[in-house]
Amino acid sequence: MMERDTVVKLENVGVRYRIVSERVATFKEYMIRRFQGKIALGDFWALRGVDLDIGKGEMLGLIGPNGAGKSTLLKLVARVMRPTKGRVWVKGVVAPLLEFGAGFHPDLTGRENIFLNGALLGFTNDEMQEKFDRIVDFAELWDFIDVPVRNYSSGMAARLGFAVATDIDPDILILDEVLSVGDESFQHKSLAKMEEFRDHGATIILVSHNMDTISDMCHRAVWLDHGQINMVGETKDVVSAYQEAQVPSED
Amino acid sequence: MDKPNEIPIYDSSNQGSLAVEELRAILNYRYLIVQLVRRDILTRYKRSSLGVAWTMLNPLGTMLILTIVFSQAFGGAQEGYAAYVLSGLIAWNFFAQSTNAATLHLVWGGSLLKKIYIPRTSFAVSATGTGLINLLLSLIPLILVMLIIQVPIRWTILLLPIPILFLAMFALGIGLLISTMAIYYADIAEMYQIFLTAWMYLSPVIWPPEILPEFYRLWITRLNPMFYLIELFRTPIIYGQVPDINLLLISAGIASFTLFAGWMFFTSKSDEFAYRV
Repeated sequence: MMERDTVVKLENVGVRYRIVSERVATFKEYMIRRFQGKIALGDFWALRGVDLDIGKGEMLGLIGPNGAGKSTLLKLVARVMRPTKGRVWVKGVVAPLLEFGAGFHPDLTGRENIFLNGALLGFTNDEMQEKFDRIVDFAELWDFIDVPVRNYSSGMAARLGFAVATDIDPDILILDEVLSVGDESFQHKSLAKMEEFRDHGATIILVSHNMDTISDMCHRAVWLDHGQINMVGETKDVVSAYQEAQVPSED
Repeated sequence: MDKPNEIPIYDSSNQGSLAVEELRAILNYRYLIVQLVRRDILTRYKRSSLGVAWTMLNPLGTMLILTIVFSQAFGGAQEGYAAYVLSGLIAWNFFAQSTNAATLHLVWGGSLLKKIYIPRTSFAVSATGTGLINLLLSLIPLILVMLIIQVPIRWTILLLPIPILFLAMFALGIGLLISTMAIYYADIAEMYQIFLTAWMYLSPVIWPPEILPEFYRLWITRLNPMFYLIELFRTPIIYGQVPDINLLLISAGIASFTLFAGWMFFTSKSDEFAYRV
């Protein structure tokens, strides 16, 4: 393996949710049950004992069944969550493409939402002014930029969200199954943009259920299941191992 | 340049004081606060036909009704009752709206917190900011009313930023406190509304302290933080006086302590917010 800088390091990482055995949604209920001694807490480990190193410029694919802990792992790297156990170490600016237009407000115009979203991503007013034209160009929305977003079609909203989210120069990019949204031309555009990031030396972590995308784009892959890493290695090895495991065994 | 020259490093095991981290983060994200406040004001403006004017009309309408109903009962004890009640309403509304908004934003906007990293206190801070804008706008009808009923406006009105600052600190502290609890228990937000209503009636918003019998006056005023803060707010503007040093110190103490306690409590729990499914 060639020498490279590590940009993301997960050491014995665990994420534990405390599940109350009975649904206790209100304070009144909680106090009553506490009184009755009926509160029992169960543990659910979304991730457990995860060790992972990701190098600079790498494209890492994250695959696994639903509920395996993939999104949780991304959230740890994006600083949205702190691990219950272990250590998460990240070097560089992280940009999550976790969901386009997550911060969009339907009553605001495209223009106003661009500035709002930019602020959510941590940019200042000056920086957003500079990026504004580029973003609208990429999204091809000059005619509608001063129209409230509630009047946009889902395709337009997706284009705008994508344009805002990708007009950045991150060190680490996180993609949670977002590349499959939108029509053909949009998908082309998004893939092209991903390749552009890769060529610029960004590190990319990609979660997808689409094995073709993973095989095409990623150098390495991680197979996550029930919160633990089943396998890490060359994409083709991991993908084929994963696909074999999907075939139900004969008992 | 998008990137700072120094590459940021995040190490989850190397966290200093959460409270200080959060303070640093909020300062870094101040542009976000501006944008969130802008969003609140813009959407309110776009949704109603009266728009921003509604902010001013609402307390004005309440004041009118209260003045008509109560000026006989209270008017004797309080000169310029209309201005008295309007100033009380403005201060109270600021507090009530900011704290409610902080809670609602966190509970409903919490999904945003789970998708992208923003400082956890952003919602409470922006809610207080929006409240401040509304407060400043409401001063316009207050000045007008004072002119109409001929309550003298003195230079002391320039001292107003100080009580406003203390009110904002207090509101932010309480907002952080309540919104933290609301994350865990869904009914806290409702209970708080009821509590707020009771609290308002126990504060000298509508009625002047003089009308209370001596015994109650002591308990209701001395132990009620809003008593001091509202008095401090009224002093430079309605009474046209420089606030008494004791009142100033007590208010400063209340505001600082509440903000500190709220901030510490909130930041100690904020890591868990993303875990709340």
